[in-house]
Amino acid sequence: MSHFIDRRLNGKNKSAVNRQRFLKRYKTQLKRAVADAVNQRSITDVDSGEKVGIPSKDISEPVFHHGPGGTRDMVHPGNKDFMPGDRISRPEGGGGGGGGQGRAGKGGRGEDDFVFELSREEFLDLLFDDLELPNLVRNQLIGSTEFKTVRAGYRTDGAPANIDIVRSLKGAVARRTALGAPYKAKVRELEAELEALLVAGVPEDDPRVLALREEIDRQKTRLAALPFIDTFDLRYQSFTRLPEPTSKAVMVCIMDVSGSMDQVRKNLAKRFFILLYLFLKRNYDKIEVVFIRHHTVAQEVDEQEFFYSRETGGTVVSSALNLSDEILRERYDPNVWNIYAAQASDGDNWDSDSAVCRDILAERLLPLMRYFAYVEITPRQHQSLWYAYQEVAAAHKHFAMREIGGAEDIFPVFRELFKRQSA
Amino acid sequence: MTKHIISDSSEWSFPLLERFDREIGRLAHGVYGLDTYANQIEVISSEQMIDAYSSVGLPISYHHWSFGKQFVSTEQTYRRGQMGLAYEIVINSDPCIAYLMEENTLPMQALVIAHACYGHNSFFKGNYLFRTWTSADAIIDYLVFARKYIASCEERYGQAEVELLLDSCHALMNHGVDRYKRPSPLSMAEEQRRQQERAEYLQSQVNDLWRTIPGHDGEEAQRQDARWPPEPQENLLYFIEKNAPLLEPWQREIVRIVRKVSQYFYPQRQTQVMNEGWATFWHYTLLNQLYDEGMVTDGFMMEFLQSHTGVVFQPPFDAPYYSGINPYALGFSMMRDIRRICEEPTAEDREWFPEIAGQDWRKVLDFAMRNFKDESFIAQFLSPTLMRELHLFAIRDDDREEAIEVTAIHEEQGYRTLRQALAEQYNLGTREPNIQVFNVDRRGDRSLTLRHFRHNRRPLGESVDEMLRHIRRLWGFTVRLEALDDQGRVQLLGEC
Repeated sequence: MSHFIDRRLNGKNKSAVNRQRFLKRYKTQLKRAVADAVNQRSITDVDSGEKVGIPSKDISEPVFHHGPGGTRDMVHPGNKDFMPGDRISRPEGGGGGGGGQGRAGKGGRGEDDFVFELSREEFLDLLFDDLELPNLVRNQLIGSTEFKTVRAGYRTDGAPANIDIVRSLKGAVARRTALGAPYKAKVRELEAELEALLVAGVPEDDPRVLALREEIDRQKTRLAALPFIDTFDLRYQSFTRLPEPTSKAVMVCIMDVSGSMDQVRKNLAKRFFILLYLFLKRNYDKIEVVFIRHHTVAQEVDEQEFFYSRETGGTVVSSALNLSDEILRERYDPNVWNIYAAQASDGDNWDSDSAVCRDILAERLLPLMRYFAYVEITPRQHQSLWYAYQEVAAAHKHFAMREIGGAEDIFPVFRELFKRQSA
Repeated sequence: MTKHIISDSSEWSFPLLERFDREIGRLAHGVYGLDTYANQIEVISSEQMIDAYSSVGLPISYHHWSFGKQFVSTEQTYRRGQMGLAYEIVINSDPCIAYLMEENTLPMQALVIAHACYGHNSFFKGNYLFRTWTSADAIIDYLVFARKYIASCEERYGQAEVELLLDSCHALMNHGVDRYKRPSPLSMAEEQRRQQERAEYLQSQVNDLWRTIPGHDGEEAQRQDARWPPEPQENLLYFIEKNAPLLEPWQREIVRIVRKVSQYFYPQRQTQVMNEGWATFWHYTLLNQLYDEGMVTDGFMMEFLQSHTGVVFQPPFDAPYYSGINPYALGFSMMRDIRRICEEPTAEDREWFPEIAGQDWRKVLDFAMRNFKDESFIAQFLSPTLMRELHLFAIRDDDREEAIEVTAIHEEQGYRTLRQALAEQYNLGTREPNIQVFNVDRRGDRSLTLRHFRHNRRPLGESVDEMLRHIRRLWGFTVRLEALDDQGRVQLLGEC
């Protein structure tokens, strides 16, 4: 006897727990692989999921097995012209025929990396593991205008659209059961009486029998007259509005596009900005980005232009800082927005301008901001801007500066800037 | 004839599956006399199939990262199209659970029903190894117990702790079987009742074993010389479960669970050729019978035969995709060959198989299915005809020689050597290293000495150090591994 069961609608993620455990176990290796992957892959797809490989020897499950050597007898099919006593030279790879299974041809396969396909979430989790936004505060909006509607149980009145049918019908069943109980009890009692009479041989047309039947009918009618549903049964879903703290952030990206910043350096800067953007996005519900580029004058531009248009000319960094200050004061109230800024430059600046930059930062910008990160992309000696910023860094804890030499430095530098501070 | 045809479409539906199952069941039970457990046939999607794969075919299992690894790798090879999923998974339980994949066409589903629900199923019920080593009616309950027990241990002692223990147990899984003693049957209620009792008892035994209060002096001196255990023990997990000095009762229980699961798979590892051969033989026979009775169309048969020939294809040794002998091919050819020997024996067959030539093939096959495992099945039934057909040849690879020597081919002088060599190839005893508990230093440092009994001078692979660390984790004190070679010399392989 066979029994068919359709299991297709059952959950298909029976192995999800095991998969998570696998990821957890090899987190260190995966993290290394993810960091490598970020540095190697092209800029535009940092945000997608990723295939990462970890060496399969790291995840092997050992068992006792035979190694090469000794004497081994094997049987194979498909003999063409061998005769007993023939001697065959060993196939390449040594070790003799690649084990009892004759897997010589696949010998190299075991060395491949074990490839994971991570979802975007898992990828970013690993990427930003142990990182934390400095001074992460969720600014509370005073006199909040943002509300969230949440469920708040049931109530007995409300709009018809909010009737909860299941609840209401449950109530109706309960009411009918409760109100009908005395009638049902009465009917049972009368029927027992009638049964007794009939068993005793009383004829159908006996007045007692007739009276009983009539009474039973009356009770049943009253039972049937109980309304199926009553306004008393109705239950409405109740909603309530809760004021919500907002957590909004704005990120100001400042980049030097003067002649000395070539496309390679811009790409480095872009990767840095993208990492920062992804990272902020994980911490804040809503995030806006302001792109400011500058040579001798600063301009607010869109993303495309920010990364790809070409400019030449000298460099006045303070122009960009001034412009950000203006924009922030005009559009982003620091009580509402968490403000972050990242600046990338090759360190060139008019000598006299560096001191100006220092003052703008210290006096006007930093008080508004949660964090300001400066990265200098240069293989050369530092110039005046670096030293001016060093003074700022010494005085302000939420200002950080690092140097990037090449693509391989970006992620380490990023990690360093946002490393989780232990108290 | 056409009025009997069950369906001429390749789309399946539940009523059609039931119809096929009824017809195949009628032939299997009525015409060919197969004895099966009841079937529980579950239709699942390909994702669920991957899930089923990763828990090594068990319908329910405890959580462990290694299953996740299996899942990830299966999923990826499948996605990349490097591997098709198996058409079926069948579980040795009563009722026998078989999975059908919804993506398959009707002929494929019929093939799987015949293959799994009647072929494998009757093998599970009949073969002596399965009858001895597994309790089909209790396995699901036991797995439920195991899963709950391990989950509760994770809650109490931490996931990391349990995981480390499971890792070590899994490493020794192949050394967790008593090869000669029949295990006691499993049952969930029994397990739970006995578990508490056992935990207390075990601990008291262990305590007794390691008691350090000295006895009488004379007795003491005598006992110091004696090796313990007096005979080498092959079941490492069992030995550890009963004797490891430092394991907590719950840890012993987990060792036991892994041991029981390993034991459940033990017969499958020993009957691959027979089991697959048997199932393949029956799907072939049953579906051909359906065709002969006019119940399926020519198109159905074409599709069926295409998958069937794919399954039983044996590439020659020099083909680029050769990866050893295909157990389906060997098993199927042997089953068919036995039928041929019974029905149309040649003079050669009469000489080689006087006791079966000309007998009723159903009885002979049934006897073979019930009383053999791969090794003995090949040693008993591989015929010269088949050796010629498969062009088998045996080679000897000796690392002291320059070249590999061909020792026997499919000819009169070679048949017996060839058959012996092939049977030996399926002997688990030779395939897996023979490692046994040799001595425990009970009076001194409590160290455990294992011994590898070498066969044909074959050494152990490079995993020795890692394995010693695992065993040490379980044993809690120093673990040594020695090798004993053919000349009786002992050599220390490692210590941890």
